[in-house]
Amino acid sequence: MEQVIYTNNLTKRFGSFTAVDNITFHVNKGEIFGFLGANGAGKTTAMRMLCGLSIPTSGQGYVAGCDIVKEQEKIKKNIGYMSQKFSLYEDLTVWENIKLFAGIYGMNIKDIKKKADVILDRLDITKEKNTLVKNIPTGWKQKLAFSVAIFHNPKIVFLDEPTGGVDPEARRQFWEMIYSAANDGITIFVTTHYMDEAEYCDRISIMVHGKIAALASPKELKEKFNASNMDEVFRKLVEGTFNME
Amino acid sequence: MKQLMSFIKKEVLHIIRDKRTILILLIMPIIQIMLFGFAMTLEVKNINIAVFYEYGDEMAEKIIARISASEYFNIVKSIHDTNEINNIFKNDNVDTVIVFSHNFSKDLFNMASPAIQIINDASDPNQASTITSYISAIISSFQNEVLLQNSPIIINTELKMLYNPELNGAYNFVPGVLALVLTLICAMMTSISIVREKEFGTMELLLVSPMKPAYIIISKIIPYFIISTINLITILVLAVSLLDIPIKGSLMLLMAVSFLFIFLSLSVGILISSLVSSQAAAMLISGMGMMMPVMLLSGMLFPIDSMPFFLQVIADIVPASWYFTAVKKIMLEGQGLFNVLKEIAVLTIMLLLLIAASIKKFKVRLG
Repeated sequence: MEQVIYTNNLTKRFGSFTAVDNITFHVNKGEIFGFLGANGAGKTTAMRMLCGLSIPTSGQGYVAGCDIVKEQEKIKKNIGYMSQKFSLYEDLTVWENIKLFAGIYGMNIKDIKKKADVILDRLDITKEKNTLVKNIPTGWKQKLAFSVAIFHNPKIVFLDEPTGGVDPEARRQFWEMIYSAANDGITIFVTTHYMDEAEYCDRISIMVHGKIAALASPKELKEKFNASNMDEVFRKLVEGTFNME
Repeated sequence: MKQLMSFIKKEVLHIIRDKRTILILLIMPIIQIMLFGFAMTLEVKNINIAVFYEYGDEMAEKIIARISASEYFNIVKSIHDTNEINNIFKNDNVDTVIVFSHNFSKDLFNMASPAIQIINDASDPNQASTITSYISAIISSFQNEVLLQNSPIIINTELKMLYNPELNGAYNFVPGVLALVLTLICAMMTSISIVREKEFGTMELLLVSPMKPAYIIISKIIPYFIISTINLITILVLAVSLLDIPIKGSLMLLMAVSFLFIFLSLSVGILISSLVSSQAAAMLISGMGMMMPVMLLSGMLFPIDSMPFFLQVIADIVPASWYFTAVKKIMLEGQGLFNVLKEIAVLTIMLLLLIAASIKKFKVRLG
């Protein structure tokens, strides 16, 4: 199977503090890969290195076949990104946001228009096309932000806690969108705090103190840790490492 | 290039959709020029004076007539009892009392020593000393004219005010307001607008996109550059048309130095934005860290020469004080390029250092 992300002993140190400690893993094309860990476990730092925002201290990493140190610019063209902060411009309209971000990725205006109409129709917000983003409901904003992140058809989309502060129904709809994008062949790399969301992933990795403590499918992890749900797995894992020290 | 254009368009949209801010940015210089030009003058006018002299004293009356003729003073009262002097400041609206000695005219012609006492309400020391020097000037010019033949010793003190013969207080404020407004808009607004993207998380989105970081910065700079230019022109037009302050030197040179300062302030804004991560911090640093030194140390309100040495050193680090001096030289004194080379050189070096620091800071952040 094609590996769209793989790393080899990827490490990031800030002074004497090691945020990411020799992680080696891969992500397959088209899979939904959950990237879990407590706050400060190093998942954001790892993700920033993969996105080309941060340069690793040592080790290698490849995203969409490009070296994360030498070919940052190529990587940027092939990924989408959505952060925990809601990240569209609130004082621009829905259409202006789409036009701006699609334009950055070099799409021409004709294609943008055509695709925007399809997507707005699918989200059922065609009539809000010229509404300022700050005036549309939060649930819609989140979905719109995701649509914008995959608008240019990236190979991989990085989602950094995308469902923070969203009600359960909107979260469910959001995950439907994620599945649909995965079906279209987009690889999903998602971090989350919600353990029930972790169950939706094809495979998950759990980071503890900068290291990958576990990496498998949710089913395998539950069996291995003799747990009934992911929440229990996570607790056992975090407490277990804590006790070992 | 298309990317850059669409980004500049985006920045312009940000600015014009925030109607309150853009209004403040465009009106602020007008209000400041009006305030400094009309309200906050340091010159004295309409000073109420009471006089104490012996009725019929010829010379005293002549001097009083002189003072009264001046546009600065109104003789509102004449006193005949010395006891009144103590209460007159409290009871009547009097700023100054002039007391002529007993037998003033007679003593004057006899070379005995006639005296004039000027009593001031010194609760406003600046005004008191200005009044004193105005009155002394009137008295000494009177002395020179009237007593020319009789007086064996004539000490001719002549005061000549260069560049601003009418002692017009607004003159110094024009370069000051220019420095203030340009600093505010370039440094403060640019840093806020960049930091806002960090705060909202859109900056991350831009940094993981193929958008060149340089384009992000350039698109931030251009709208504020345009607003600054509009303000620069507004201030100059108001100064010339409303306050009758002529631009004595070359307009081209003045504009060139101003653009240099605008670029300098813009890079200060960029540097601030790379140091902080919240809009409040950006506002605090550019507000307190930039505005206060510009107001207090540029020479706009207080002359740098009379500051203690360590403050002079700090003033030298403030870019606005160099800009202020350059504008003063070009605009008010009509000096040419040769005389402002030092200021231009210092500003240019500061600009280069700031750009280098910003680039370094930006790289560190990415690493």
